[in-house]
Amino acid sequence: MKAIVCVKQVPDTSGKVAVNPDGTLNRASMPTISNPDDMNALEAALQLKDDTGCKVVVITMGPPPAEGMLREMLAMGADEAVLVSAREFGGSDTFATSQILAAAIHKLGLEKGDVVFCGRQAIDGDTAQVGPQIAEKLDIPQVSYVADVVLEKDRIVCRRMLEDGYMTIETETPCLITCIKELNLPRYMSMRGIYSAYSKPMQIMDFNALKDETLIDRETIGLQGSPTNILTSFTPPQKGGGMMLEGADRSACKTLAGLLAGKHII
Amino acid sequence: MDFSLTREQEMFQKMCRQFAENELEPVAAEVDRTHSFPEENFKKMAAVGLTGIGVPEAYGGSGGGPVEKVIAVSEFARHCLASAAILSIHLICPQTIYHLGTEAQKEKYLRKLTEGGCLGAFALTEPNAGSDAGSASTTAILDKETNEYVLNGTKCFISGGSRAEVFIIFALTNPAKGLKGMSAILVEKGTPGFSIGKIEEKMGLGGSETAELIFEDCRVPAENLLGAEGKGFNIAMAALDGARIGVGAQAIGIAEGAIDLSVKYVHERVQFGKPIAVLQGIQWYIADMATKTEAAKWLVYYAAYLEEAGKPFSKEAAMCKLNASENARFVTNLAMQIHGGYGYMKDYPLERMYRDAKITEIYEGTSEIHKVVISRAVIGK
Amino acid sequence: MSKFENTKLEDFKGVWVFCEQREGKLMPTDLELLSEGRKLADELGEELCGLLLGDKVTDLAGELGQYGADKIFVCNDPRLAVYTTDAYTKVLCDVVEEKKPEILIFGATNIGRDLAPRCAARLHTGLTADCTHLDIDVPAYVDFLEKNSTLAPDRIANMKKATVKVMGQDHDVSRDLKMTRPAFGGHLMASIICPRFRPCMATVRPGVMKMAEPNPARAAACQVIELPVELSDRDLRTKVREVVKESKKLVDLIGADVVVSVGRGISKDVEKGIALAQELADVLGGVLGGSRAVIDSGWLSADHQVGQTGKTVHPKLYIALGISGAIQHKAGMQDSEHIVAVNKNSQAPIFEIADYGICGDLFQVVPMLIEEIKAAQASKLA
Repeated sequence: MKAIVCVKQVPDTSGKVAVNPDGTLNRASMPTISNPDDMNALEAALQLKDDTGCKVVVITMGPPPAEGMLREMLAMGADEAVLVSAREFGGSDTFATSQILAAAIHKLGLEKGDVVFCGRQAIDGDTAQVGPQIAEKLDIPQVSYVADVVLEKDRIVCRRMLEDGYMTIETETPCLITCIKELNLPRYMSMRGIYSAYSKPMQIMDFNALKDETLIDRETIGLQGSPTNILTSFTPPQKGGGMMLEGADRSACKTLAGLLAGKHII
Repeated sequence: MDFSLTREQEMFQKMCRQFAENELEPVAAEVDRTHSFPEENFKKMAAVGLTGIGVPEAYGGSGGGPVEKVIAVSEFARHCLASAAILSIHLICPQTIYHLGTEAQKEKYLRKLTEGGCLGAFALTEPNAGSDAGSASTTAILDKETNEYVLNGTKCFISGGSRAEVFIIFALTNPAKGLKGMSAILVEKGTPGFSIGKIEEKMGLGGSETAELIFEDCRVPAENLLGAEGKGFNIAMAALDGARIGVGAQAIGIAEGAIDLSVKYVHERVQFGKPIAVLQGIQWYIADMATKTEAAKWLVYYAAYLEEAGKPFSKEAAMCKLNASENARFVTNLAMQIHGGYGYMKDYPLERMYRDAKITEIYEGTSEIHKVVISRAVIGK
Repeated sequence: MSKFENTKLEDFKGVWVFCEQREGKLMPTDLELLSEGRKLADELGEELCGLLLGDKVTDLAGELGQYGADKIFVCNDPRLAVYTTDAYTKVLCDVVEEKKPEILIFGATNIGRDLAPRCAARLHTGLTADCTHLDIDVPAYVDFLEKNSTLAPDRIANMKKATVKVMGQDHDVSRDLKMTRPAFGGHLMASIICPRFRPCMATVRPGVMKMAEPNPARAAACQVIELPVELSDRDLRTKVREVVKESKKLVDLIGADVVVSVGRGISKDVEKGIALAQELADVLGGVLGGSRAVIDSGWLSADHQVGQTGKTVHPKLYIALGISGAIQHKAGMQDSEHIVAVNKNSQAPIFEIADYGICGDLFQVVPMLIEEIKAAQASKLA
């Protein structure tokens, strides 16, 4: 039994982000981190390993520096890592990316009892599309927005969140689960894990490694394989500042109430 | 000459930093205010392997050595000196047992003290024996009939004393010989005749419960003798050498934490229409703080490197502790000055850091004792 | 399933909206999307159709018709009563393959974001998620860029030409759906097109598009067509054991005219802070919201969250109490018509977008504000 976890290294968009004079984002101003939802996915896989002894494989599609992230995940307890990296894969949108990852997972082999864990969405693309699209390519059932996972014999039972409640969904395996932050609290790397991280297997899959996979062909990867294209991108303008009221006393409140009344807001 | 951390050490530093930010910082103020030992966090430290630094995995430890200890302790001290001190002082116990214990002692105690999450303590100081360790009067007289040591006496200011499960107690097995009659004895919590006395209320370091240990005809099996009889003082001094580096790391961490807060503050605080970061006076303060802390840091790492390499390191350990602790006081004082009124308010962590810093110049050997140690190494006796 | 031939763009016609229903009730976002879809269909000179899946849900089509749909296609089957990815994906893709819509839009609800990507992958087409703005008409799009972006004038001028290079070839975007959406946590806006495949798919944030006035006359003109459904138990690999609603009343942030939100600034007395904010909301006829920090700390439940990963709101009045205004919070409320902020820190980023700001302690300011608002309301009535 194995748990395969799809992870992504992303710029940390939650902090202060600098904008270049020409309006483009200053990517260097954002430190790179492991995508938060993916950490929940990894923790779910590690908890499954704690309970069942299954193997945990972390896989990412990214440039060579992504190896550092994979090593940290090995230090958290994952058993093997796969870095899918090639020039040919660059420029992929979610469709193309999911093809590539599906091909890589297919190459690793997916059997009954196996589970693919993904984070719900990455904080750079914010699309939440890659998980479901991988599941479609692998022709396996998916459950998204999962806040709780329980293994029952050979089925997985999930609590799948809705905006106003949840559904309890039972699925066959192999299956794909997308995880949200409410699912768990990711563990730290352990000291022993850190010292064994660099001796655990790290596989690099480039284009040659995957080109013969049935799920992949040159026309469906990279920029040329992406059905969507970016027409343009821009940073939103700062909404203009308004007025600061003088002081924080009763007269300031009175002034504010008056202003709002004048605009017919109250 | 490679000053860089290994890639594993970098990962380790990242983990310790995350742990400090997520687990220690949120409760630091409360731990200090309530003077209560952070039980949950200590368990979490054990869960990630920190309580087993310097002990091999075969005994339940996590491997690593003096450099890893410095990394962990200094990252912790940035946010919570009490937690850093708890870890640093705890480690003396399993590390000393690992170096000097019999196989039976290692089997009995190490797993408990490392992955088991039990706190260890080190008890040398007594009401009449601080810097003058030789005036210790706690005795441990061997009862040849029952093959037990009988302990009588009092230890005071013992860090973690109220919470530790395993103690290394320094007592006179041969009172007539004075210092040369001192031995190290392992005593477990709850042993009849061993009780915890007063838990001190301190100026700072709230989370590290500092306690009085009382021995009244406390009987422990003779096999609890750690190392050779009469070698206790040497064992204590050797243990303190490593412990000093731990205090050095604590002091570095606190200085770095205070500098981080100051840098943030000087950008945010606007007076006379500008952030105070543009004022040369402030800039010079920060330059002093940063330079002295950088120098102090590398002396701590150098001492750790020497210890790890098996080279003599007593002088450097004493130097790094003396230097870093005085620096911590200097930096936290200046940081508070930079913060002005806000620094004095309990809303900000700075006043706690200011109060915490002082202990680093006092415990595990006062600055004055360290100067004695250093001068002996330099000029000779 | 034989390969779906979807690169001959001219074979695809019609703007379609997937109309989500849960337990026999339509989602409000369906009406927003039909309203927006009507505009797009008119610009293309094509039909607007809704697609409704469920069990015995034909009666719901009448309400959908009021918002401008020319046709509502309904697929009824007991296996569609409760949403499952497998059943909905199969039925939806079967219909799309047969009817060939040009554009297919979903609400970016938890379900929409589960269904749309699966369908897009099966249909081998492009999907753009969480759109906040949709354009066909190029001049209107250029106008949008001029008002809402920081793009240099010469780059915007280029867009007027309505031609871009796709795979090295010139491509005319005049009839392409231009889908604008936030990325990088809201720091970046991207306009996406799907130039080579159909249908062009998009999910749209609930609460962003304006709902039109319901028009019973249009409902009468709207054709409701039931389609055959091919589904068997074997198609379903998951089973829904239960659907559970949260017992407490749900917070309707998106529909509210006034939202009063609290942030970490209430930490020194969480209970009092929330009580004050609720009182202020009550006086203004509004609803209580919270920043991510407040939800993460467990002070308010997730349905109160405003922000990039919470809800996007644009009420008439948004009051931010003790909220610093980090970018992910801003992303969820910056389009509010009027923004008032109260914060102890005069440097808080929220003041950069607030129309009115008070630098002070919310625990002091809010009680006084409540009284002054009551007084202002009373004098209005007089």
